[in-house]
Amino acid sequence: MNCIIIDDEETARAIVQQLCSQVEDITVIEEFPNAIQAIKFLNKEAIDLIFLDIHMPDFTGFDFIQTLKNPPKIILTTSDKNFALEAFEYDCIVDYLVKPITLPRFLKAIQKAKDAASPPKEIPVTNTDNNTQSSEENDLYINIDRRLIKIDLPSINIIEAKGDYILIKTEKQNYTVHSTLKKIEEKLPDDLFLKVHRSYVINIKKIIDIEDNSVLIERDVIPVSRSNRPELMKRLNLL
Amino acid sequence: MKESPNLVYIKELAAGSEEFEQKLIHIIKREFPMEKDQFLTNYNNNAHLKAAENVHKLKHKIGMLGFEKGYQTTIDFENELKENNTSLYSEFMLILESIEQFLETL
Repeated sequence: MNCIIIDDEETARAIVQQLCSQVEDITVIEEFPNAIQAIKFLNKEAIDLIFLDIHMPDFTGFDFIQTLKNPPKIILTTSDKNFALEAFEYDCIVDYLVKPITLPRFLKAIQKAKDAASPPKEIPVTNTDNNTQSSEENDLYINIDRRLIKIDLPSINIIEAKGDYILIKTEKQNYTVHSTLKKIEEKLPDDLFLKVHRSYVINIKKIIDIEDNSVLIERDVIPVSRSNRPELMKRLNLL
Repeated sequence: MKESPNLVYIKELAAGSEEFEQKLIHIIKREFPMEKDQFLTNYNNNAHLKAAENVHKLKHKIGMLGFEKGYQTTIDFENELKENNTSLYSEFMLILESIEQFLETL
């Protein structure tokens, strides 16, 4: 993957360069201390991935994204955790790294960028409408590589929309299936699952905690849309 | 116990590369005094929002140099400044001075 780094702090750029040097198939093509220079570059060159600082003088990372017609995959780098929810609004953002960035967390972000760039192997290319079918009340069968794999419904933590696919995260494993949130929602028991955002259905029994506009499930922070929040609150056993 | 800066994060990042370690220290030694000066200028001019932005930048280096309690103090000070509150200034300055002294030893 060819990438560029945009950050007004030289130290931060050097760190991302160093982290990239420890990943085999990532090449840093260029680095920029501000977004304006990067826009000029992107008008001429195509790249796969941008490491983008949010907090820059004059032109923020989010301002920059809005100038791009077809943005490549973006990994945000920031010293501020407060922008995480805003980041969910952009499909091109694959991850959000809080500085100082560690190698294990960086590698996880790169994997997300790779997954987002190319669908994983197990995704079937032929089946479209019948990838999911319910059998017994607590089971769901998903079609992966022409095999029907049984998933225990209560073991599902989150289901995330990813373009033409959905990512089903269970206690043990993740599955990517060619389907839509709407289709899978029809197969899920209402008492256990709730759509909290246009891209997320969650198992409400798996919620660890809730903040204003997000819920925590395992290690995933899931955004909750303002319109879905009342229903979520209604479903909780509040003291 | 008073926190002191350290190179644990930088050494981990360098993964044995003395060249990278020295390069990064060199950049920090150059960038840190400029960021500190910008902060002091804005702070002394009562430009608290701009000073908060400077603190935001400094926060990365404070985290990199191993401060944990100091990192939280920096977050709190940045938020304070945005509300024109400066009660954590002295505590924050102690962190900056501690880094300054540490960088002189490198």
